[in-house]
Amino acid sequence: MADQTLLENDAPLLIADGLSKSYGKIAACRDVSFALYPGEVLAIVGESGSGKSTLLQLLSGQLAASGGHVSYRMRDGVTRDLATLGEAERRFLFRTDWGFVHQDPAQGLRMAVSAGANVGERLMAVGWNHYGRIRDTASDWLTRVEIDTARIDDAPRTYSGGMRQRLQIARNLVTEPRLVFMDEPTGGLDVSVQARLLDLLRSLVAELHLAVVIVTHDLAVARLLSHRVMVMKGGCVIETGLTDQVLDDPREPYTQLLVSSILPP
Amino acid sequence: MTAMIDIANAQKTFTMHLQGGIELPVVRGVTFHVNASECVVLSGPSGAGKSSILKMIFGNYRCDSGRIGIRHRGALVDLAIAEPRQVLNIRRSTIGYVSQFLRAVPRVATVDVVAEPLIANGVERAEAQRRAGELLHRLNIPERLWQLPPATFSGGEQQRVNIARGFISELPILLLDEPTASLDAANRAVVVELVAEKKRQGVAMVAIVHDDEIRHLIADRIVDVTSFAAAA
Repeated sequence: MADQTLLENDAPLLIADGLSKSYGKIAACRDVSFALYPGEVLAIVGESGSGKSTLLQLLSGQLAASGGHVSYRMRDGVTRDLATLGEAERRFLFRTDWGFVHQDPAQGLRMAVSAGANVGERLMAVGWNHYGRIRDTASDWLTRVEIDTARIDDAPRTYSGGMRQRLQIARNLVTEPRLVFMDEPTGGLDVSVQARLLDLLRSLVAELHLAVVIVTHDLAVARLLSHRVMVMKGGCVIETGLTDQVLDDPREPYTQLLVSSILPP
Repeated sequence: MTAMIDIANAQKTFTMHLQGGIELPVVRGVTFHVNASECVVLSGPSGAGKSSILKMIFGNYRCDSGRIGIRHRGALVDLAIAEPRQVLNIRRSTIGYVSQFLRAVPRVATVDVVAEPLIANGVERAEAQRRAGELLHRLNIPERLWQLPPATFSGGEQQRVNIARGFISELPILLLDEPTASLDAANRAVVVELVAEKKRQGVAMVAIVHDDEIRHLIADRIVDVTSFAAAA
Protein backbone atom coordinates (compact mmCIF):
# COMPACT_ATOMS: atom_id res chain seq x y z
CA MET A 1 0.00 0.00 0.00
CA ALA A 2 1.46 3.39 -0.99
CA ASP A 3 1.91 6.14 1.54
CA GLN A 4 -1.41 7.86 1.08
CA THR A 5 -0.28 11.19 2.44
CA LEU A 6 2.39 11.69 -0.22
CA LEU A 7 0.18 11.41 -3.25
CA GLU A 8 -1.39 14.84 -3.10
CA ASN A 9 1.27 17.23 -2.01
CA ASP A 10 0.15 20.76 -2.85
CA ALA A 11 -0.06 23.25 0.01
CA PRO A 12 -3.29 24.41 1.65
CA LEU A 13 -4.51 27.96 1.03
CA LEU A 14 -6.46 28.46 4.25
CA ILE A 15 -5.96 26.64 7.53
CA ALA A 16 -8.24 26.78 10.57
CA ASP A 17 -6.69 25.38 13.71
CA GLY A 18 -8.76 24.90 16.87
CA LEU A 19 -10.93 27.90 16.07
CA SER A 20 -13.36 28.95 18.84
CA LYS A 21 -15.54 31.91 19.63
CA SER A 22 -17.59 32.46 22.74
CA TYR A 23 -19.87 35.26 23.85
CA GLY A 24 -19.69 35.11 27.63
CA LYS A 25 -20.76 31.59 28.49
CA ILE A 26 -22.23 30.87 25.06
CA ALA A 27 -19.88 29.06 22.68
CA ALA A 28 -20.85 30.10 19.14
CA CYS A 29 -18.08 28.06 17.60
CA ARG A 30 -16.00 25.32 19.20
CA ASP A 31 -12.63 23.92 18.18
CA VAL A 32 -12.99 23.95 14.39
CA SER A 33 -10.01 22.72 12.37
CA PHE A 34 -9.65 22.10 8.62
CA ALA A 35 -7.44 22.87 5.64
CA LEU A 36 -8.77 24.28 2.36
CA TYR A 37 -6.80 23.74 -0.85
CA PRO A 38 -6.70 25.82 -4.03
CA GLY A 39 -9.73 25.16 -6.22
CA GLU A 40 -11.60 23.41 -3.42
CA VAL A 41 -15.19 24.27 -2.46
CA LEU A 42 -16.14 23.64 1.16
CA ALA A 43 -19.77 23.95 2.23
CA ILE A 44 -20.66 24.64 5.85
CA VAL A 45 -24.21 23.43 6.49
CA GLY A 46 -26.46 23.46 9.53
CA GLU A 47 -29.58 25.21 10.76
CA SER A 48 -29.85 28.80 12.02
CA GLY A 49 -27.84 29.29 15.18
CA SER A 50 -25.49 26.37 14.49
CA GLY A 51 -22.53 28.74 14.35
CA LYS A 52 -21.89 28.62 10.62
CA SER A 53 -22.00 32.38 10.02
CA THR A 54 -19.80 33.01 13.07
CA LEU A 55 -17.30 30.56 11.64
CA LEU A 56 -17.34 32.38 8.29
CA GLN A 57 -16.60 35.67 10.03
CA LEU A 58 -13.76 34.13 12.00
CA LEU A 59 -12.25 32.61 8.87
CA SER A 60 -12.41 35.89 6.96
CA GLY A 61 -10.82 37.84 9.80
CA GLN A 62 -13.90 39.96 10.44
CA LEU A 63 -14.30 38.65 13.96
CA ALA A 64 -11.52 38.00 16.46
CA ALA A 65 -11.36 34.39 17.69
CA SER A 66 -11.46 33.53 21.39
CA GLY A 67 -9.12 30.65 20.67
CA GLY A 68 -7.24 29.07 17.80
CA HIS A 69 -5.74 30.42 14.59
CA VAL A 70 -6.53 31.08 10.95
CA SER A 71 -3.61 31.03 8.52
CA TYR A 72 -3.55 31.97 4.86
CA ARG A 73 -0.96 31.31 2.18
CA MET A 74 -0.22 34.74 0.69
CA ARG A 75 0.58 35.29 -3.00
CA ASP A 76 4.31 35.19 -2.19
CA GLY A 77 3.84 31.60 -0.95
CA VAL A 78 4.33 32.41 2.74
CA THR A 79 1.60 31.13 5.06
CA ARG A 80 0.74 33.71 7.72
CA ASP A 81 -1.45 33.82 10.81
CA LEU A 82 -4.24 36.33 10.07
CA ALA A 83 -3.99 37.70 13.61
CA THR A 84 -0.43 38.88 12.93
CA LEU A 85 -1.36 40.86 9.80
CA GLY A 86 -1.54 44.62 10.09
CA GLU A 87 -4.83 46.37 9.35
CA ALA A 88 -3.53 47.61 5.97
CA GLU A 89 -2.36 44.15 4.97
CA ARG A 90 -5.69 42.62 5.90
CA ARG A 91 -7.59 45.26 3.95
CA PHE A 92 -5.37 44.67 0.94
CA LEU A 93 -6.06 40.93 1.13
CA PHE A 94 -9.78 41.66 1.17
CA ARG A 95 -9.55 43.94 -1.84
CA THR A 96 -7.42 41.65 -3.99
CA ASP A 97 -7.00 38.00 -3.08
CA TRP A 98 -10.32 37.46 -1.30
CA GLY A 99 -13.96 37.98 -2.10
CA PHE A 100 -16.99 37.99 0.16
CA VAL A 101 -20.46 37.42 -1.27
CA HIS A 102 -23.16 38.44 1.21
CA GLN A 103 -26.67 37.03 1.28
CA ASP A 104 -28.01 40.58 0.96
CA PRO A 105 -26.38 42.21 -2.08
CA ALA A 106 -26.97 45.64 -0.51
CA GLN A 107 -24.27 44.76 2.03
CA GLY A 108 -21.72 43.98 -0.65
CA LEU A 109 -22.59 46.71 -3.17
CA ARG A 110 -22.84 50.47 -3.17
CA MET A 111 -26.46 50.81 -4.10
CA ALA A 112 -26.41 54.42 -5.31
CA VAL A 113 -23.45 54.32 -7.70
CA SER A 114 -23.53 52.74 -11.15
CA ALA A 115 -23.02 49.01 -11.78
CA GLY A 116 -19.89 49.82 -13.78
CA ALA A 117 -18.46 51.80 -10.87
CA ASN A 118 -19.29 48.99 -8.44
CA VAL A 119 -17.11 46.64 -10.44
CA GLY A 120 -14.49 49.25 -11.43
CA GLU A 121 -13.99 50.37 -7.84
CA ARG A 122 -12.29 47.06 -6.91
CA LEU A 123 -9.89 47.53 -9.84
CA MET A 124 -9.07 51.12 -8.84
CA ALA A 125 -8.36 49.87 -5.33
CA VAL A 126 -5.59 47.69 -6.73
CA GLY A 127 -4.06 50.52 -8.73
CA TRP A 128 -5.85 50.53 -12.09
CA ASN A 129 -6.17 54.09 -13.34
CA HIS A 130 -6.98 53.92 -17.05
CA TYR A 131 -10.69 54.79 -17.30
CA GLY A 132 -11.21 53.09 -20.67
CA ARG A 133 -9.63 49.81 -19.53
CA ILE A 134 -11.55 49.83 -16.27
CA ARG A 135 -14.83 50.35 -18.13
CA ASP A 136 -14.02 47.63 -20.66
CA THR A 137 -13.15 45.14 -17.92
CA ALA A 138 -16.28 46.05 -15.94
CA SER A 139 -18.36 45.57 -19.06
CA ASP A 140 -16.72 42.17 -19.73
CA TRP A 141 -17.60 41.10 -16.23
CA LEU A 142 -21.22 42.24 -16.54
CA THR A 143 -21.45 40.02 -19.64
CA ARG A 144 -19.90 37.08 -17.78
CA VAL A 145 -22.54 37.33 -15.05
CA GLU A 146 -25.25 37.73 -17.69
CA ILE A 147 -26.11 41.39 -17.11
CA ASP A 148 -26.96 43.39 -20.23
CA THR A 149 -24.14 45.94 -20.70
CA ALA A 150 -26.80 48.53 -21.62
CA ARG A 151 -27.44 48.65 -17.86
CA ILE A 152 -23.81 49.48 -16.96
CA ASP A 153 -24.59 53.09 -15.98
CA ASP A 154 -27.64 52.21 -13.87
CA ALA A 155 -27.35 51.94 -10.10
CA PRO A 156 -28.02 48.50 -8.57
CA ARG A 157 -31.02 49.85 -6.68
CA THR A 158 -32.79 49.75 -10.07
CA TYR A 159 -31.83 46.04 -10.47
CA SER A 160 -33.85 42.95 -9.56
CA GLY A 161 -32.68 40.72 -6.67
CA GLY A 162 -31.07 38.17 -8.98
CA MET A 163 -29.24 40.88 -10.99
CA ARG A 164 -27.96 42.49 -7.81
CA GLN A 165 -26.57 39.18 -6.64
CA ARG A 166 -24.87 38.60 -10.00
CA LEU A 167 -23.42 42.11 -9.85
CA GLN A 168 -22.07 41.44 -6.38
CA ILE A 169 -20.36 38.33 -7.75
CA ALA A 170 -18.81 40.32 -10.63
CA ARG A 171 -17.54 42.94 -8.18
CA ASN A 172 -15.90 40.21 -6.11
CA LEU A 173 -14.34 38.27 -8.95
CA VAL A 174 -12.97 41.14 -11.07
CA THR A 175 -9.68 41.22 -9.14
CA GLU A 176 -9.22 37.46 -9.70
CA PRO A 177 -9.25 36.44 -6.04
CA ARG A 178 -8.03 32.99 -5.03
CA LEU A 179 -10.49 32.60 -2.15
CA VAL A 180 -14.14 33.62 -1.92
CA PHE A 181 -16.37 33.45 1.14
CA MET A 182 -20.09 33.14 0.46
CA ASP A 183 -22.84 33.56 3.03
CA GLU A 184 -26.11 32.01 1.75
CA PRO A 185 -25.57 33.51 -1.73
CA THR A 186 -28.89 32.18 -3.05
CA GLY A 187 -30.77 32.95 0.16
CA GLY A 188 -33.46 35.47 -0.67
CA LEU A 189 -34.02 34.54 -4.31
CA ASP A 190 -36.88 32.86 -6.21
CA VAL A 191 -36.29 29.22 -7.12
CA SER A 192 -35.85 29.89 -10.85
CA VAL A 193 -33.45 32.78 -10.16
CA GLN A 194 -31.59 30.53 -7.71
CA ALA A 195 -31.03 27.81 -10.31
CA ARG A 196 -29.57 30.33 -12.76
CA LEU A 197 -27.27 31.80 -10.12
CA LEU A 198 -26.07 28.38 -8.93
CA ASP A 199 -25.31 27.35 -12.46
CA LEU A 200 -23.35 30.56 -13.02
CA LEU A 201 -21.43 30.16 -9.75
CA ARG A 202 -20.64 26.56 -10.56
CA SER A 203 -19.06 27.38 -13.91
CA LEU A 204 -17.18 30.46 -12.63
CA VAL A 205 -15.73 28.54 -9.68
CA ALA A 206 -14.46 25.80 -12.00
CA GLU A 207 -13.16 28.19 -14.68
CA LEU A 208 -11.29 30.44 -12.25
CA HIS A 209 -10.13 27.53 -10.04
CA LEU A 210 -11.46 29.37 -6.98
CA ALA A 211 -11.29 28.11 -3.44
CA VAL A 212 -14.64 28.78 -1.77
CA VAL A 213 -16.06 28.54 1.73
CA ILE A 214 -19.83 28.67 1.35
CA VAL A 215 -22.30 28.81 4.20
CA THR A 216 -25.72 27.46 3.33
CA HIS A 217 -28.66 25.77 4.98
CA ASP A 218 -29.72 24.38 1.60
CA LEU A 219 -28.27 20.91 1.03
CA ALA A 220 -29.09 21.07 -2.69
CA VAL A 221 -26.77 24.10 -2.97
CA ALA A 222 -24.06 22.18 -1.10
CA ARG A 223 -24.47 19.19 -3.41
CA LEU A 224 -24.29 21.23 -6.58
CA LEU A 225 -21.37 23.47 -5.64
CA SER A 226 -19.15 21.84 -3.04
CA HIS A 227 -16.53 19.11 -2.95
CA ARG A 228 -16.55 18.75 0.80
CA VAL A 229 -19.07 19.54 3.49
CA MET A 230 -18.90 20.29 7.23
CA VAL A 231 -22.10 19.81 9.21
CA MET A 232 -22.40 22.14 12.22
CA LYS A 233 -24.63 21.89 15.25
CA GLY A 234 -24.44 23.92 18.44
CA GLY A 235 -21.14 25.50 17.39
CA CYS A 236 -19.42 22.16 16.74
CA VAL A 237 -18.54 20.37 13.53
CA ILE A 238 -20.34 17.05 13.97
CA GLU A 239 -19.65 15.43 10.62
CA THR A 240 -17.38 16.17 7.71
CA GLY A 241 -16.41 14.50 4.45
CA LEU A 242 -16.90 14.30 0.73
CA THR A 243 -20.19 16.04 -0.13
CA ASP A 244 -21.89 13.15 -1.90
CA GLN A 245 -20.73 10.75 0.82
CA VAL A 246 -22.10 12.84 3.68
CA LEU A 247 -25.39 13.45 1.86
CA ASP A 248 -25.91 9.90 0.54
CA ASP A 249 -24.52 8.03 3.55
CA PRO A 250 -24.95 10.38 6.53
CA ARG A 251 -23.63 8.96 9.77
CA GLU A 252 -24.68 11.31 12.57
CA PRO A 253 -28.29 11.48 13.78
CA TYR A 254 -28.49 15.22 13.09
CA THR A 255 -27.11 14.83 9.55
CA GLN A 256 -29.60 12.04 8.88
CA LEU A 257 -32.35 14.36 10.07
CA LEU A 258 -31.15 17.18 7.77
CA VAL A 259 -30.90 14.87 4.76
CA SER A 260 -34.29 13.26 5.39
CA SER A 261 -35.90 16.70 5.60
CA ILE A 262 -35.20 17.50 1.94
CA LEU A 263 -38.36 17.54 -0.14
CA PRO A 264 -38.17 15.29 -3.20
CA PRO A 265 -37.61 17.30 -6.41
CA MET B 1 -2.21 -9.81 -14.29
CA THR B 2 -2.61 -6.44 -12.65
CA ALA B 3 -5.46 -6.15 -10.21
CA MET B 4 -7.02 -2.72 -10.73
CA ILE B 5 -9.50 -3.24 -7.90
CA ASP B 6 -8.66 -5.43 -4.92
CA ILE B 7 -11.33 -5.61 -2.22
CA ALA B 8 -10.77 -7.52 1.00
CA ASN B 9 -13.31 -8.09 3.79
CA ALA B 10 -15.25 -4.91 3.12
CA GLN B 11 -18.23 -4.40 5.40
CA LYS B 12 -21.13 -1.98 5.42
CA THR B 13 -23.96 -1.42 7.90
CA PHE B 14 -26.44 1.44 7.95
CA THR B 15 -27.47 2.79 11.34
CA MET B 16 -30.85 4.50 11.07
CA HIS B 17 -30.87 7.02 13.90
CA LEU B 18 -34.29 8.37 13.00
CA GLN B 19 -35.80 4.87 13.28
CA GLY B 20 -34.67 4.28 16.84
CA GLY B 21 -31.10 3.47 15.83
CA ILE B 22 -31.86 0.17 14.12
CA GLU B 23 -28.91 -1.43 12.40
CA LEU B 24 -29.30 -2.45 8.78
CA PRO B 25 -26.45 -4.77 7.80
CA VAL B 26 -25.84 -4.52 4.05
CA VAL B 27 -22.78 -6.62 3.22
CA ARG B 28 -19.85 -8.19 5.02
CA GLY B 29 -16.71 -10.06 3.96
CA VAL B 30 -16.79 -8.57 0.48
CA THR B 31 -13.67 -9.95 -1.19
CA PHE B 32 -12.91 -9.98 -4.91
CA HIS B 33 -10.58 -8.40 -7.41
CA VAL B 34 -10.86 -7.07 -10.94
CA ASN B 35 -8.04 -7.15 -13.45
CA ALA B 36 -7.34 -4.81 -16.31
CA SER B 37 -9.27 -5.69 -19.51
CA GLU B 38 -11.88 -7.56 -17.51
CA CYS B 39 -15.57 -7.03 -16.78
CA VAL B 40 -16.86 -8.52 -13.53
CA VAL B 41 -20.62 -8.65 -13.19
CA LEU B 42 -22.17 -8.63 -9.71
CA SER B 43 -25.14 -10.95 -9.47
CA GLY B 44 -27.79 -11.54 -6.84
CA PRO B 45 -31.39 -10.61 -6.17
CA SER B 46 -32.58 -7.04 -5.52
CA GLY B 47 -31.53 -5.87 -2.09
CA ALA B 48 -28.51 -8.18 -1.93
CA GLY B 49 -26.20 -5.15 -1.86
CA LYS B 50 -24.92 -4.95 -5.44
CA SER B 51 -25.41 -1.19 -5.79
CA SER B 52 -24.02 -0.61 -2.30
CA ILE B 53 -20.80 -2.44 -3.25
CA LEU B 54 -20.52 -0.34 -6.41
CA LYS B 55 -21.02 2.84 -4.37
CA MET B 56 -18.37 1.72 -1.88
CA ILE B 57 -15.89 1.23 -4.73
CA PHE B 58 -16.66 4.78 -5.90
CA GLY B 59 -16.32 6.19 -2.37
CA ASN B 60 -19.93 7.35 -2.37
CA TYR B 61 -20.78 5.04 0.54
CA ARG B 62 -18.37 4.69 3.41
CA CYS B 63 -16.83 1.35 4.18
CA ASP B 64 -17.02 0.38 7.89
CA SER B 65 -14.09 -2.01 7.79
CA GLY B 66 -11.94 -3.90 5.32
CA ARG B 67 -10.01 -2.60 2.36
CA ILE B 68 -10.96 -1.19 -1.04
CA GLY B 69 -7.71 -1.22 -2.97
CA ILE B 70 -7.68 0.88 -6.13
CA ARG B 71 -4.73 1.11 -8.50
CA HIS B 72 -4.37 4.88 -8.91
CA ARG B 73 -1.46 6.29 -10.93
CA GLY B 74 0.51 3.08 -10.51
CA ALA B 75 0.08 2.69 -6.74
CA LEU B 76 -2.49 0.71 -4.77
CA VAL B 77 -4.51 3.15 -2.65
CA ASP B 78 -7.03 2.12 0.01
CA LEU B 79 -10.17 4.10 -0.82
CA ALA B 80 -11.77 3.07 2.48
CA ILE B 81 -9.39 5.36 4.38
CA ALA B 82 -8.57 7.94 1.69
CA GLU B 83 -8.96 11.67 2.38
CA PRO B 84 -11.84 13.38 0.54
CA ARG B 85 -9.39 15.26 -1.68
CA GLN B 86 -7.73 12.03 -2.65
CA VAL B 87 -11.06 10.38 -3.45
CA LEU B 88 -11.83 13.32 -5.77
CA ASN B 89 -8.48 12.91 -7.52
CA ILE B 90 -9.09 9.18 -7.90
CA ARG B 91 -12.49 9.94 -9.45
CA ARG B 92 -10.98 12.51 -11.81
CA SER B 93 -8.21 10.29 -13.14
CA THR B 94 -9.00 6.67 -12.27
CA ILE B 95 -12.64 5.68 -11.59
CA GLY B 96 -15.67 6.49 -13.69
CA TYR B 97 -19.20 5.68 -12.61
CA VAL B 98 -22.28 5.32 -14.75
CA SER B 99 -25.15 5.70 -12.31
CA GLN B 100 -28.66 4.44 -12.90
CA PHE B 101 -30.01 7.94 -13.35
CA LEU B 102 -28.58 11.11 -14.78
CA ARG B 103 -28.21 13.89 -12.23
CA ALA B 104 -28.39 16.80 -14.64
CA VAL B 105 -27.46 20.36 -13.87
CA PRO B 106 -30.11 22.82 -15.04
CA ARG B 107 -29.22 24.86 -18.13
CA VAL B 108 -26.17 22.83 -19.21
CA ALA B 109 -26.41 21.60 -22.83
CA THR B 110 -26.34 17.83 -23.43
CA VAL B 111 -23.13 17.99 -25.44
CA ASP B 112 -21.43 19.83 -22.54
CA VAL B 113 -22.81 17.39 -19.94
CA VAL B 114 -21.10 14.61 -21.91
CA ALA B 115 -17.90 16.57 -22.62
CA GLU B 116 -17.40 17.71 -19.02
CA PRO B 117 -15.28 14.78 -17.72
CA LEU B 118 -12.82 15.30 -20.60
CA ILE B 119 -12.60 19.06 -20.02
CA ALA B 120 -11.97 18.38 -16.32
CA ASN B 121 -8.97 16.32 -17.42
CA GLY B 122 -7.53 19.10 -19.54
CA VAL B 123 -8.86 18.21 -23.00
CA GLU B 124 -9.60 21.29 -25.10
CA ARG B 125 -13.30 22.23 -25.22
CA ALA B 126 -13.70 21.90 -29.00
CA GLU B 127 -12.05 18.47 -29.05
CA ALA B 128 -14.09 17.33 -26.02
CA GLN B 129 -17.31 18.46 -27.70
CA ARG B 130 -16.35 16.69 -30.93
CA ARG B 131 -15.85 13.41 -29.08
CA ALA B 132 -19.05 13.97 -27.10
CA GLY B 133 -20.88 14.40 -30.43
CA GLU B 134 -19.41 11.14 -31.76
CA LEU B 135 -20.66 9.18 -28.75
CA LEU B 136 -24.09 10.85 -28.75
CA HIS B 137 -24.34 9.98 -32.42
CA ARG B 138 -23.45 6.33 -31.78
CA LEU B 139 -26.03 6.21 -29.01
CA ASN B 140 -28.68 7.57 -31.39
CA ILE B 141 -29.29 10.93 -29.72
CA PRO B 142 -30.35 13.18 -32.63
CA GLU B 143 -28.10 16.18 -33.21
CA ARG B 144 -30.96 18.66 -32.81
CA LEU B 145 -31.07 17.71 -29.10
CA TRP B 146 -27.37 18.22 -28.36
CA GLN B 147 -27.68 21.90 -27.47
CA LEU B 148 -30.63 21.32 -25.11
CA PRO B 149 -30.26 20.45 -21.43
CA PRO B 150 -31.17 16.77 -20.92
CA ALA B 151 -33.64 17.50 -18.08
CA THR B 152 -36.64 17.31 -20.42
CA PHE B 153 -35.52 14.16 -22.30
CA SER B 154 -37.23 10.78 -21.97
CA GLY B 155 -35.86 8.23 -19.46
CA GLY B 156 -34.11 6.24 -22.17
CA GLU B 157 -32.55 9.34 -23.75
CA GLN B 158 -31.29 10.55 -20.36
CA GLN B 159 -29.78 7.15 -19.69
CA ARG B 160 -27.97 7.26 -23.04
CA VAL B 161 -26.61 10.74 -22.25
CA ASN B 162 -25.47 9.30 -18.93
CA ILE B 163 -23.74 6.39 -20.69
CA ALA B 164 -22.02 8.75 -23.14
CA ARG B 165 -20.78 10.82 -20.19
CA GLY B 166 -19.50 7.69 -18.46
CA PHE B 167 -17.79 6.18 -21.49
CA ILE B 168 -16.20 9.35 -22.88
CA SER B 169 -13.30 9.49 -20.47
CA GLU B 170 -10.22 7.35 -20.72
CA LEU B 171 -10.26 6.16 -17.13
CA PRO B 172 -8.75 2.78 -16.23
CA ILE B 173 -11.71 1.72 -14.05
CA LEU B 174 -15.40 1.97 -14.92
CA LEU B 175 -18.37 1.09 -12.69
CA LEU B 176 -21.67 0.42 -14.46
CA ASP B 177 -24.96 0.37 -12.55
CA GLU B 178 -27.64 -1.10 -14.85
CA PRO B 179 -26.35 0.65 -17.97
CA THR B 180 -28.90 -1.01 -20.26
CA ALA B 181 -31.97 -0.91 -18.00
CA SER B 182 -34.18 1.45 -19.99
CA LEU B 183 -32.73 0.94 -23.48
CA ASP B 184 -34.13 -0.66 -26.61
CA ALA B 185 -32.35 -3.55 -28.38
CA ALA B 186 -30.40 -1.33 -30.79
CA ASN B 187 -28.99 0.84 -28.02
CA ARG B 188 -28.28 -2.16 -25.78
CA ALA B 189 -26.14 -3.50 -28.61
CA VAL B 190 -24.23 -0.19 -28.72
CA VAL B 191 -23.50 -0.46 -24.99
CA VAL B 192 -22.22 -4.04 -25.45
CA GLU B 193 -19.92 -2.72 -28.18
CA LEU B 194 -18.69 0.12 -25.98
CA VAL B 195 -17.90 -2.30 -23.15
CA ALA B 196 -15.94 -4.54 -25.56
CA GLU B 197 -13.93 -1.51 -26.76
CA LYS B 198 -13.11 -0.54 -23.18
CA LYS B 199 -11.86 -4.07 -22.52
CA ARG B 200 -9.57 -3.87 -25.52
CA GLN B 201 -8.22 -0.58 -24.09
CA GLY B 202 -7.38 -2.35 -20.83
CA VAL B 203 -10.18 -0.91 -18.71
CA ALA B 204 -11.29 -2.84 -15.60
CA MET B 205 -15.07 -2.83 -15.17
CA VAL B 206 -17.59 -3.83 -12.51
CA ALA B 207 -21.19 -3.98 -13.71
CA ILE B 208 -24.67 -4.68 -12.46
CA VAL B 209 -26.90 -6.04 -15.22
CA HIS B 210 -30.20 -7.80 -14.78
CA ASP B 211 -30.68 -8.75 -18.42
CA ASP B 212 -29.32 -12.33 -18.81
CA GLU B 213 -28.46 -11.87 -22.46
CA ILE B 214 -26.43 -8.70 -21.87
CA ARG B 215 -24.74 -10.26 -18.84
CA HIS B 216 -23.69 -13.21 -20.99
CA LEU B 217 -22.28 -10.84 -23.63
CA ILE B 218 -20.19 -8.60 -21.34
CA ALA B 219 -19.21 -10.70 -18.28
CA ASP B 220 -15.78 -12.29 -18.04
CA ARG B 221 -16.53 -13.42 -14.50
CA ILE B 222 -19.54 -13.32 -12.23
CA VAL B 223 -19.31 -12.52 -8.54
CA ASP B 224 -22.30 -13.76 -6.55
CA VAL B 225 -23.14 -11.10 -4.01
CA THR B 226 -25.40 -13.37 -1.93
CA SER B 227 -22.28 -14.87 -0.40
CA PHE B 228 -21.58 -11.42 1.12
CA ALA B 229 -25.06 -11.12 2.57
CA ALA B 230 -24.86 -9.76 6.09
CA ALA B 231 -26.96 -11.81 8.49
CA ALA B 232 -29.56 -9.49 9.97
